Amino acid sequence: MLSVRLERLNDLDEWRGKARRLLVAGMKPSQVVWRVGSEESGLFEAGDDMLPDTDGPIGSVPRQFIDLAGDVIQHSDPQRFALLYRLLWRLQDDSHILANAADSDNSLLTRMASGVHRDAHKMKAFVRFRTVLHEDEERYIAWFEPEHFTLEATAPFFTRRFAGMHWAIITPYASAFWDKENLRFGPGGNKKDIPAEGAVEDDWRTYYGAIFNPARLKVAMMKSEMPVKYWRNLPEADRIAPLIRNARQIEQDMIARATTQPPARHMRQKAREAVEEAQQIQSLADAAEAIEGCRRCPLYEQATQAVFGEGPKEAEVMFVGEQPGDQEDLAGRPFIGPAGQVFDEAIKNAGIDRRRLYVTNAVKHFKFIPRGKRRIHQKPNAGEIQACRFWLNLEREFVKPRIVVALGATAAQSLVGKAVSISGMRGKPIDLEDGSVLYITNHPSYLLRIPDPETRARERQKFEADLALIHAHIQRLEKS
Amino acid sequence: MVALTLTRKLAILADAAKYDASCASSGSEKRDSSKTGGIGSTEGSGICHSYAPDGRCISLLKLLLTNFCVYDCAYCINRSSSNVERARFSVDEVVRLTLDFYKRNYIEGLFLSSGIIRSPDYTMEQMVRVARTLRETHLFAGYIHLKVIPNAAPELLAEAGRWADRLSANIELPTDVALEQFAPEKRPAEIRTAMARLRGKLDETTEDKKPTKAKPEKFAPAGQSTQMIIGADKADDAAILTRAAGLYSGYRLKRVYYSAFSPIPDASSRLPLAPPPLMREHRLYQADWLIRFYGFDVPEIVAGGEGGHLDLAVDPKLAWALKHRASFPIDVNRADRELLLRVPGLGVSGVDRVISSRRHHRLTLADLARLTASIDKVRPFIAAADWTPGGLTDDLRLRQKLAPPPKQLELF
Repeated sequence: MLSVRLERLNDLDEWRGKARRLLVAGMKPSQVVWRVGSEESGLFEAGDDMLPDTDGPIGSVPRQFIDLAGDVIQHSDPQRFALLYRLLWRLQDDSHILANAADSDNSLLTRMASGVHRDAHKMKAFVRFRTVLHEDEERYIAWFEPEHFTLEATAPFFTRRFAGMHWAIITPYASAFWDKENLRFGPGGNKKDIPAEGAVEDDWRTYYGAIFNPARLKVAMMKSEMPVKYWRNLPEADRIAPLIRNARQIEQDMIARATTQPPARHMRQKAREAVEEAQQIQSLADAAEAIEGCRRCPLYEQATQAVFGEGPKEAEVMFVGEQPGDQEDLAGRPFIGPAGQVFDEAIKNAGIDRRRLYVTNAVKHFKFIPRGKRRIHQKPNAGEIQACRFWLNLEREFVKPRIVVALGATAAQSLVGKAVSISGMRGKPIDLEDGSVLYITNHPSYLLRIPDPETRARERQKFEADLALIHAHIQRLEKS
Repeated sequence: MVALTLTRKLAILADAAKYDASCASSGSEKRDSSKTGGIGSTEGSGICHSYAPDGRCISLLKLLLTNFCVYDCAYCINRSSSNVERARFSVDEVVRLTLDFYKRNYIEGLFLSSGIIRSPDYTMEQMVRVARTLRETHLFAGYIHLKVIPNAAPELLAEAGRWADRLSANIELPTDVALEQFAPEKRPAEIRTAMARLRGKLDETTEDKKPTKAKPEKFAPAGQSTQMIIGADKADDAAILTRAAGLYSGYRLKRVYYSAFSPIPDASSRLPLAPPPLMREHRLYQADWLIRFYGFDVPEIVAGGEGGHLDLAVDPKLAWALKHRASFPIDVNRADRELLLRVPGLGVSGVDRVISSRRHHRLTLADLARLTASIDKVRPFIAAADWTPGGLTDDLRLRQKLAPPPKQLELF
């Protein structure tokens, strides 16, 4: 039996050096015992000075093992060195062990590494600094009792976080010191060396008590995340017992206490305002404001906002699309998304002045179904089109366009009052009851969706031909 | 009026802030103070520095700048018609408390919200000033979460995003009708428009990553989140989850927080004064996870329960599986990732472990027990090298076997 002696509790390099020499010497895991510090050797153990000093070749060691060992070496289990060596030994023959989470050595060491991670995480969480005044400068000092030997590996976190502070963390086995430039380590210390703290710690206790909701008592949950073993060094922990003791009573009191009545006049006033708003639509601006409260169909619930029409109040031409899309919904403006860009380009090619058009949609809220991080456009149904006609009619009433253009089937359905076929209706102006003329053509988004380039080009030509007709009509109006 | 001490203000304004469930300090950029010599760092994962007896993590110093408020939202402890004690912090007081607590390692940073005083712009401006002072004057690199006042000016939102890691506007309630009923001054469309604006700013920083373009101005690297109060109105779980899925898809939210409505001091009589529905809240979080990480959609999840509500006795994935037994057992040695994610008791990391381990050998039930936390829940729904569940999958008593035993009512 060979006894291998390590100077330090958690020094991976030291362990690696020894383990390497053991491998070179072909020492089986069962032939080795690991001792650390001044721990006494057994009676029949030979010292590791017997190991060959030469640094012979060994098999390759996966990077993953070094990472794992760096964590496990900090574990408080005295068997950690032997377990690591056993895994290292087995890795010489089978380099895939680490990829097999079901391997018993691998799963044991992985669990130990998680324990170390958790302990390091708890150190980051539960270290509590107190202050001492040193030559007019506040210095910060903390007492912490980690479960494993995690101070050295965790201290750099505190240097990154508290770079501008002079601080020390004292644990039973080692201490760390930061002077705003250098990190040093020293021997362990004692809890009684840490100064008392005053007002800020009391404020922290106050905060702890105030942020607690007595109606949601879940003590087991707290204890699993903040194990009782850490409590003795947490200033807020002395508040826990009284908070728990009084919680039920406070909750019952809140429930039982008769409430101050909500002011009924307030509700009546609000109801009146809503009615008035609905009755007072006397201009396009009124309508644009009132539509924010629209509940005529359920689409308001999921959309961001109603998207009202846009353009000159006395526009001669009104283009009516289907409904706002994703972009229009977010920005609150019609025809700004991809289809809007196709529209703008086509309008320009046709020689129509975009600034003189009023553009709007048959349905004012975006209809979609959520798919992960995207919203997938849905065609509005007849009920939604019908409900939203109220707003389109108001827009027509106030703007009084002489030409109305329905872009796509939804707009056509809204304006004609029934489902129509675009191919059958395009190119033929229809007289509407209010004296205006209706043209029906495709929605520009239809062009975007055609995959075949030839078909797309053909459809685009038709679309542009429709726009040319409309342009000609506009020019006739201007001359007359 | 007697001036309140700072400690008294802290007690009032922390108490007023505790109904906002969000406490995350994760998901921001990596930064620290080693270059600046200031204090603070964020390194990706958040840290919970303490836990209150309500089981909730204390990560951020959660405060209201003031609990004076001109709004009268029935569910809110700070509504104008409530008789709670009022207080107001100065900007410097919040800054000092944040630094004092942070330097003692009590917190990861600040989560600042506020009642509305004077105007939305005025209120937002005060909150932005706290964040700016921390960052510019004190070189504070810790986490900052600012609440967004929905109809504050866009420039103020832009500045808030420059200093804060996370921004949030609360949707408050699952339906617009409920919100208008309980929060008469709040406009649902305004809240969603604020979220849409934030998404627009967030998109600017993530898109346009062409090397020729100047680096876009920093904007809330930890993104935006929101909160919905559960159980104050009559909305069912289907409505809640539909709303959540709509928000995730529309505004790129990092999180939707569900907050069980709990009794508040001097509550409005229009609200249910009952213990908060904590189990319902828990099931909603589980369902939320299934939507975001497990490829479930809302109708599927809701179908696991009854009448638009989730099954409170078992988790939503198990509830779904129990109603879709024909899809099981799933062979853990062959099924693709998407199917494995449907197995009750197998989480995302459990599935990862299964997939990487089965490359080397066929998995047995004992292997699986090492790879997962709850083999009892997994067993009826899988086949492994040495295991088929046989009649267990279709056992009529399976639900009873897997549901935790009903708790005896507490006597008090």
